[in-house]
Amino acid sequence: MDHTSTFEKTLRGVLITLVLVFFLFPIVWIFLMSLQTNETILRIPPSLAFTPIIDNYTALITGQLRTAAGSLQLNFMQNMFNSVLLSVCSVAVSLVLGVPAAYAFARFKFRLGEDIAFTLLSFRFAPALLVLLPLSLYFKSLGLTNTYVGLIWVYQLICLPLILWIVRGYFEDISPDIEHAYRIAGNSWWQTFRKISIPLAKPGIAAAGLLAFIFAWNNFVFALILASADKQPVTVGALAFVTASGIQYGQIAAAIIISITPTLALALYAQRYLVEGLSMGAVKG
Amino acid sequence: MTQLSITSLSKSYGSFKVFDGLNLEAKAGEIVVIFGGSGTGKTILLRLIAGVEEPSSGVIAIGGHDVSDIAPEHRGVGMAFQNFALFPHLSAAENIATPLRAAGAAEDKVKAGVNKVAKLLKIDHVLTHAPRELSNGQKQRTALARALAAEPQILLLDDPLRNVDAKLRFEMRLELPRLLRQSGATVLYVTQDYKEAMALADRIAVLAGGKFVQTATPEDIYMRPATLGVARLFGDPSINTAETSLEADGAGVHVTLGGTRVQVAADYKAHAGEAVTFGVRPESVDVSADSGLAAEVVAVTPLNERTVLLLQTPSGWEFLASLPSSAADIPEPGAKVFARFAEAGTHIFDRQTGERLHG
Repeated sequence: MDHTSTFEKTLRGVLITLVLVFFLFPIVWIFLMSLQTNETILRIPPSLAFTPIIDNYTALITGQLRTAAGSLQLNFMQNMFNSVLLSVCSVAVSLVLGVPAAYAFARFKFRLGEDIAFTLLSFRFAPALLVLLPLSLYFKSLGLTNTYVGLIWVYQLICLPLILWIVRGYFEDISPDIEHAYRIAGNSWWQTFRKISIPLAKPGIAAAGLLAFIFAWNNFVFALILASADKQPVTVGALAFVTASGIQYGQIAAAIIISITPTLALALYAQRYLVEGLSMGAVKG
Repeated sequence: MTQLSITSLSKSYGSFKVFDGLNLEAKAGEIVVIFGGSGTGKTILLRLIAGVEEPSSGVIAIGGHDVSDIAPEHRGVGMAFQNFALFPHLSAAENIATPLRAAGAAEDKVKAGVNKVAKLLKIDHVLTHAPRELSNGQKQRTALARALAAEPQILLLDDPLRNVDAKLRFEMRLELPRLLRQSGATVLYVTQDYKEAMALADRIAVLAGGKFVQTATPEDIYMRPATLGVARLFGDPSINTAETSLEADGAGVHVTLGGTRVQVAADYKAHAGEAVTFGVRPESVDVSADSGLAAEVVAVTPLNERTVLLLQTPSGWEFLASLPSSAADIPEPGAKVFARFAEAGTHIFDRQTGERLHG
């Protein structure tokens, strides 16, 4: 039965359009900016009439930034590579450490268990600046400053709590009886974990991994302080566009478009894993 | 041969004692029903035997060997869970195949095994379906098939008919005994439905208050309940009771029900003077007599093949009588009748301990 009137339908359409415009306008605008020169971007009033150029993208990819004051070296592609490397490795390490830990927190009650889990979570709400000074001192004495290993380690502060807490919830949602049934059928604990628990928590693991990836990708301050130019990700690398002769809006826009592409692609790909409902109907509620 | 034995088994969670000092033996191929209300620890008992939980103390032996240190996967038991616990990401066929695969059976053996048990349980047409595409009845059969597939020596069935509809439950109650006999396994079957227990069991172990209060054949449980509690659990409508005392005089032994003396078997003489609870099963109440306990019919409720009468004595004691619906002249509401109690369905219990007195 459909009780929706034409008015309601129209209203719904208008509201959805408004929300879409609100969220997508900045991205569309930045995309348009990335195809313009600084002059056309900054003219008043702004206009949609311009001749698209791809100079901004070629500048980023070749690493040659031409400004009014002369030519400038850019290592945007190196920053891009750093971002990918840091984010992928951080999430991978977090998954390897976090998923078994999440399972332990979900299934076993042990001394201080809740306290440990909460301490890990509290890393998420402590401001990064609070830990940066001691961290940079430790990193110096440990020789970890400006290394990938050091950054990946620090990125665990971002990724690990996220993965731990999201995946834990998914493990808790799996009926222990399902695991018991698999063990009684003749499988060891480890086989049960691999063949039952992990596959059933897969939507959660995918969602947590994706979120952790985005947070790691967007991180700015850790890499700003603990690494120098050759190890810094795009977020920090974008500072290079603020040059002596002015801000290169066109290149910034192009850099943004390039840098959001991986996370966007990943989100679209992982979407199907994010759809829940895999475990529906297996256990009588 | 004793296939499964449980000796002084106890389980507690913190200070909460679920049960204490359970003893039970089951012979090979025997069907033992664990019967009890909710929260009595029936499911926990099965989990202990399966090895997915550890007892606080006591010994579980399978085939004569203590299994305390044996992991669940090596105990050789099959278990069907009340909530089915099917693997949602595997098809029905793969669910059933799990124990066969775990045992390392060759692919053709796995297929043959799955098909055999699926045919037996009439789910061979839904083997390719995922659990969420199955009806509750099919899920229940799939769970049962999975437990049966590897032909375990011991089969633990945790109220498998709880979550299926009434029609299927009735069918399965008839089908299951044959199926379970065919499997040859020693079966521990948990239920809180007394009809199911009576229909399936070789022996029933009644779990209440953390103990087995009686372990006996269905007939014994019904005809010779150990306690008032057991007598109340079996029978629908349940046993009529009245608090009274046993008295003896020259005419014999009697109790007083609603102000009227009712003669009981002379064997109770030894207990004369004791405070007791008198119990009589509704189907042992005869209302066609022309003398006995005077009562008025308050209500008549036909229940298919039986008709239940609610009766009240002049002094206000209410009791039920259950007659075959085919019986001649069932009294109308308002009719005055005399009730007599058949000896076989009459039990007298100690009011303090609830234990049945032996007449």
